[in-house]
Amino acid sequence: MDVMPKWAEVVLVPLISLLLAAILSGLVILAIGEDPIAALKLMIDGALGSTYGWGYTLYYATNFMFTGLAVSVAFHARLFNIGGEGQAMLGGLGVALACLFIPWPHWSLGLLGAIVLAGAFGAVWAAVPAYLQAKRGSHIVITTIMFNFIAAAVLNYMLVNVLRPKGAMDPATARFPEAVHLPSLHDILAPIGINFSKAAPANVSLLVAIIACVLVWLLIWRTKLGYEIRAYGHSESAAKYAGISPVKITMIAMIISGALAGMMAINNVMGEAERLVLNATEGAGFIGIAVALMGRSHPLGVFIAAILFGFLYQGGAELALWTSIPRELIVVIQALVILFTGALDNMVRMPLERIFLALRKEGN
Amino acid sequence: MTNNTTAPAIELKGISKAFGPVQANKDISIRVMPGTIHGIIGENGAGKSTLMSILYGFYKADKGEIFIGGQKTEIPDSQAAIAAGIGMVFQHFKLVENFTVLENIILGAEDGRLLKPSLAKARKSLLELAAEYELNVDPDALIEEIGVGMQQRVEILKALYRQADILILDEPTGVLTPSEADQLFRILGRLREEGKTIILITHKLREIMEATDTVSVMRRGEMTATVKTADTSPEELAELMVGRKVLLQVDKTPPTLGDVVLDVQNLRVVDEQGVERLKSISLNVRAGEILGIAGVAGNGQSELLEVLGGYADGTGSVTLNGEAIDLTGKYSDGKTRRARGIAHVPEDRQREGLIMDYSAWENTAFGYHDDPAYQSGIFINNTAIRQDTEEKMARFDVRPPNPRLSAKNFSGGNQQKIVLAREIERNPDLLLIGQPTRGVDIGAIEFIHQQIVALRDQGKAILLVSVELEEILSLSDRVAVMFDGHIMGERAVGETDEKELGLMMAGVET
Repeated sequence: MDVMPKWAEVVLVPLISLLLAAILSGLVILAIGEDPIAALKLMIDGALGSTYGWGYTLYYATNFMFTGLAVSVAFHARLFNIGGEGQAMLGGLGVALACLFIPWPHWSLGLLGAIVLAGAFGAVWAAVPAYLQAKRGSHIVITTIMFNFIAAAVLNYMLVNVLRPKGAMDPATARFPEAVHLPSLHDILAPIGINFSKAAPANVSLLVAIIACVLVWLLIWRTKLGYEIRAYGHSESAAKYAGISPVKITMIAMIISGALAGMMAINNVMGEAERLVLNATEGAGFIGIAVALMGRSHPLGVFIAAILFGFLYQGGAELALWTSIPRELIVVIQALVILFTGALDNMVRMPLERIFLALRKEGN
Repeated sequence: MTNNTTAPAIELKGISKAFGPVQANKDISIRVMPGTIHGIIGENGAGKSTLMSILYGFYKADKGEIFIGGQKTEIPDSQAAIAAGIGMVFQHFKLVENFTVLENIILGAEDGRLLKPSLAKARKSLLELAAEYELNVDPDALIEEIGVGMQQRVEILKALYRQADILILDEPTGVLTPSEADQLFRILGRLREEGKTIILITHKLREIMEATDTVSVMRRGEMTATVKTADTSPEELAELMVGRKVLLQVDKTPPTLGDVVLDVQNLRVVDEQGVERLKSISLNVRAGEILGIAGVAGNGQSELLEVLGGYADGTGSVTLNGEAIDLTGKYSDGKTRRARGIAHVPEDRQREGLIMDYSAWENTAFGYHDDPAYQSGIFINNTAIRQDTEEKMARFDVRPPNPRLSAKNFSGGNQQKIVLAREIERNPDLLLIGQPTRGVDIGAIEFIHQQIVALRDQGKAILLVSVELEEILSLSDRVAVMFDGHIMGERAVGETDEKELGLMMAGVET
């Protein structure tokens, strides 16, 4: 028998954790002499108060959905993919190549092509550490971190020496052709009478991310491969007993993970910047770890956590813009959320379990 | 013997302890007189270990009192237990492998900041203890270099060094050969003569009958009886443990032997460290026969099952029904073995046979999840698996019969039934089965044994590995004894006895 009902497990525990993180963040804001209530109001207003705010929140959330799903899939095989950042950078390269060198007749085909190339680039970037782990026993945490640096260097080289248009000063590709301009949420929602902000960067990639959530859910809980991935993640010895190849699962899980991380580039590179710049990922690969932790590696959890982190990102930007609260503090708040929802999970869970036990005893 | 005026060495009055909704100990009272060996017997989960953990200060009782030597004593932690003169020898030894015997003995009982005086003092008292109780060990030997029997002596010495008058032993013979066990019981007898009080926790009826003066039986957290050992019988104790009459002997007819199903020639296994675990083993199993592999744990039986089950590489030749089986490479895995008709109930069901966080239905498909009956298109047909699981649970009397419950929520016996149902119902030609009843309650043991014999009677070949000699003798038609990666010899069950097998298990040529 589980001690707590399911709803308490998936809703109550993260909610209380979040509340604790919020209270502590409030104290920190208070400590630097600002008003936490006003700050919270500003964050909510800035991130959710207008379609412009929503547009940014959802734009960030789309990035985090991809990287969060990437980390989740690897987590199910008990592989800690910290290389989402590097895989997303390489995905950006894939998107840039697809957009710049193939004359797409329509944006939808361009999007498909970009998804394939972004996924392939990310997958390859994840496959190398996976191979080293599976065949050589090199720890995947170490190798994926190292691959983030290599990815940054590769991108740097490509942008400076290969893809930079002649005469341009900044290390970035040329602008993508108009044909692969992705429709923004404004374009999508206008026909059904919703007037969404034109300036916000949220675009059709959000729908792709949602589809990816559903597909990952199907993969993990409804297919044989997902069954094997989870089995391997729960118990390597049992997986071996059953004839599930650790090498195969490590490779496949990481390739799927890398592909998902790489696909993030259709949002930030193709959907927003419409050219590839240095540091396009802005740390989204790392936020993906927090999103997966908070979402308990479940696609629905990832979806919700991604939106929460999107809110923190956008709300934080607003705070930095309108108050004297420094942008670094936003990082502190994000860190607190990660700390409470991820690392200090048991701190909330154990007392809660005790309360539920006591309640049940009285009920008997 | 003791007279009535001496206070009992230990007296527990009305001990109760609950873990959440589970009542692990319910109003338990026992009196153990000084200078006696008191057995506590009960099935897994009966509450024996909880009771002893309370006595040793790991848990705090919800209710009840503890008296040591007539004095009411509070035992909030193990330090207090040691101070009260209680020593505990755990089932899994708590020794530092790369420390010497002496270093292990003083660990946590050092006298000062410098080691040397403590070591010198310990060396001296170790010699005295060794002389007094015939507990000879080499004080300078490394733990990793001495056998399990010796390691157990170190544990006992550790307790005695801390001046324990009361010694609790939790399943002490699980890892010993029969002769090592006999030695242990001689030492315990010696300790009793010197006036020590010993509590022996076990699930083996034979040990209770041989070694104890009095015995308490626990069932479902309650003490069902305390009797003088001389006044009881194994049958009566078993009935008290389970709550109904139990068949201790397996009923079986002589085997009808068929062709050789499994033939193993010169099988070698070298592990990752380069240690040779199986040293050129040859054996065969015929259809309609149970070949029992006896031996003390860690003499190559696990490796034999692993390589035959397809998840360790080996060299040599293995054939099934005359056809060779790949021992290395792409087709040497559990999946391929199952396809060839080899079912495997692994030794460690919690680590290998089951995924504890998977539900019963997910576990029922485990290893057979390629089965077309379990698929619908590209997806797994959860409904079909659940229905299949429900049927299997009914046939194997798994309780509770709920396919959605996680494996970890079933008792040991029911977990084993889930694995057994999965493997047997595939109608394999060969069943590999390791420690079929380890951690399984007596009631389920009977059922599991019947299933194994029934499979044999259907003309299947069965390779049984068990460290329980009794189990080997009652189930097998033929016994092979393993020692240090070799087969020491084979005997027909009718032509051998525990004594001979025990010697072979210890590596003595007979």
